[in-house]
Amino acid sequence: MSETTVDTSKRTWLITSSCVGAVGGVAAVVPFVSSFNPSERAKAAGAAVEVDIGAIKPGEKLTVEWRGKPVWIIRRTPEQLDALKKVEAQLADPESQRNPSELTPEYARNQVRSIKPEFFVGVGICSHLGCSPSDKFQMGPQASLPDDWQGGFLCPCHGSTFDMAGRVYKNKPAPDNLEIPPHMYLSDTRLLIGEDKKA
Amino acid sequence: MAEFKEIAADAPMSEKALTWIDNRFPLSKLYKEHLSEYYAPKNFNFFYFFGALSLLVLVIQIVTGIFLTMHYKPDAALAFASVEYIMRDVPYGWLIRYMHSTGASAFFVVVYLHMFRGLIYGSFRKPRELVWLFGCAIFLALMGEAFMGYLLPWGQMSYWGAQVIVNLFSAIPLIGPDLALLIRGDYVVGDATLNRFFAFHVIAVPLVLLGLVVAHIIALHEVGSNNPDGVEIKAHKDEQGRPLDGIPFHPYYTVHDIVGVTGFLLVFCAIVFFAPELGGYFLEYNNFIPADPLKTPAHIAPVWYFTPYYSMLRAITPEMMYALIFCVLAAAYLGATRANISNTLKAVVIGSAVVGVALLWAIEAKFWGVVVMGGAVVILFFLPWLDRCEVKSIRFRPDWHVYLYAIFVVNFFILGYLGIQPPSAVGERLSQLGTFYYFGFFLLMPWWSTLGQTKPVPDRVNFVAH
Repeated sequence: MSETTVDTSKRTWLITSSCVGAVGGVAAVVPFVSSFNPSERAKAAGAAVEVDIGAIKPGEKLTVEWRGKPVWIIRRTPEQLDALKKVEAQLADPESQRNPSELTPEYARNQVRSIKPEFFVGVGICSHLGCSPSDKFQMGPQASLPDDWQGGFLCPCHGSTFDMAGRVYKNKPAPDNLEIPPHMYLSDTRLLIGEDKKA
Repeated sequence: MAEFKEIAADAPMSEKALTWIDNRFPLSKLYKEHLSEYYAPKNFNFFYFFGALSLLVLVIQIVTGIFLTMHYKPDAALAFASVEYIMRDVPYGWLIRYMHSTGASAFFVVVYLHMFRGLIYGSFRKPRELVWLFGCAIFLALMGEAFMGYLLPWGQMSYWGAQVIVNLFSAIPLIGPDLALLIRGDYVVGDATLNRFFAFHVIAVPLVLLGLVVAHIIALHEVGSNNPDGVEIKAHKDEQGRPLDGIPFHPYYTVHDIVGVTGFLLVFCAIVFFAPELGGYFLEYNNFIPADPLKTPAHIAPVWYFTPYYSMLRAITPEMMYALIFCVLAAAYLGATRANISNTLKAVVIGSAVVGVALLWAIEAKFWGVVVMGGAVVILFFLPWLDRCEVKSIRFRPDWHVYLYAIFVVNFFILGYLGIQPPSAVGERLSQLGTFYYFGFFLLMPWWSTLGQTKPVPDRVNFVAH
């Protein structure tokens, strides 16, 4: 091997240009990663949905799609409303205190989690991993549920249970109550989901 | 660079052509290095079929996949119908599709057996660590490939499976919700998600997979294959420098592997033609119902090859967190009192245990479930440094090591079974025990693998000519 000397000024420039090149390379990733974000069309697709709730009989549920998610409208019977008080001790968050700004609009931060006690409006997506819980309105003992079941919902994926106001029971995989979407009544039988008076 | 080779003017045409190529591309050299002069140990057994078979399945998946993309539509409104169109109207479309769907499961069968082979014969040990690391990366890429491919038929299981798995990412503190949004490309699993999973499934991941397979084989051929005895065949060579216990891969193992390929294809074709759904394990019944974002099927479970990991995910309940905290504290106590390390290192152990417990306490169990599920795969990467047994092969380890390995396999099957079942109280306890065994097996390996009396390792491989 012959003796070689390091040309330090050349080396400095090599390092500098490599670093600048690397910064450019990293910057080139930005547009590609950004393209993973929801498109303008996807962002615009969250329009409000108007529903006629006049035909729902007590104890019945109507499901409508809002932003690709199921929104349940349930007309609760007086027994179901009474049951809400009985189960309160077994619930994780009966007063809807957790993440209220995301989960429960102000007008639904009450014991029945709704504007009108009779009508429950909620997004039917479990707060655990996003499955849609199944209806278990029938009270009493049944498969996968406790014997003193007061009616509510059972998530088929991981067994979380919710009461008739979408409030999650304690010690279940789901950490939160079901989300209440922004909504308002246009008349006694017309409901608008996706907008409320604040907006 | 090789010297330019001249050839006699009266040489045959074929020889002239080969010389012409060899002077420009190392064709003969590659053929020799990787086939005719790659010496593989002569004592390979049944488990050594599965490397070649996984290559065969890869080819099946790529070829059938290319033909499926000619008819499939990656559009939420059209996807389900286009798969049914392939099944009913495209000539032989049903066959190509069933080969692809059966191939997915077959891939995991042969890869799991291939990994098991590596595990019991110590094929991940020095100097084959990189072979093992590339292999683990292939396994990871394969899981991604399978998960994204499963969304494409746009059935109920496709939809809700993707929904659950993508939502796992949202459990990560701080960045989780944005990350899930970035993966989905929409606020719910939808057309954007389907379209991008299609792109990943048909081009991005397969390219990575192919690169990793090439790296896996180059690394293997650099160090040479291990064998059931875990004996280095390069230690004994003849005058020409060929391992005495090695035979050329071609023609010996190429012909030998044809037997394996035949056996594999018998089973593969039987499934493709007579039981393509395999009782709901290869194609789940709920996936024959179009995706419905408003209704979750009564029972959702991943495809069989993911279920052991899914069980571990479900095992992490708030109760289980106390057990995990106890484990961290116990490990810290042992580290601080029993381990032969400096005081500074002991302080580090205690400090990280305190931080660990605080995190376990502060972040919800759902996140730790994700960590455990990911950790179950990631831990495989560390195997070469966890195993400290004197001998490589299970054949010369203490007998009770064999039982530990046997329990590990049974445990993996039990976890897999529980992952298919709906959640239950007994299943939850069992899967928690199983999760402890799975991680205990690996994390305590540096300790238990050094215990016990190993058997004498022979100088040369055990081989009886047949």
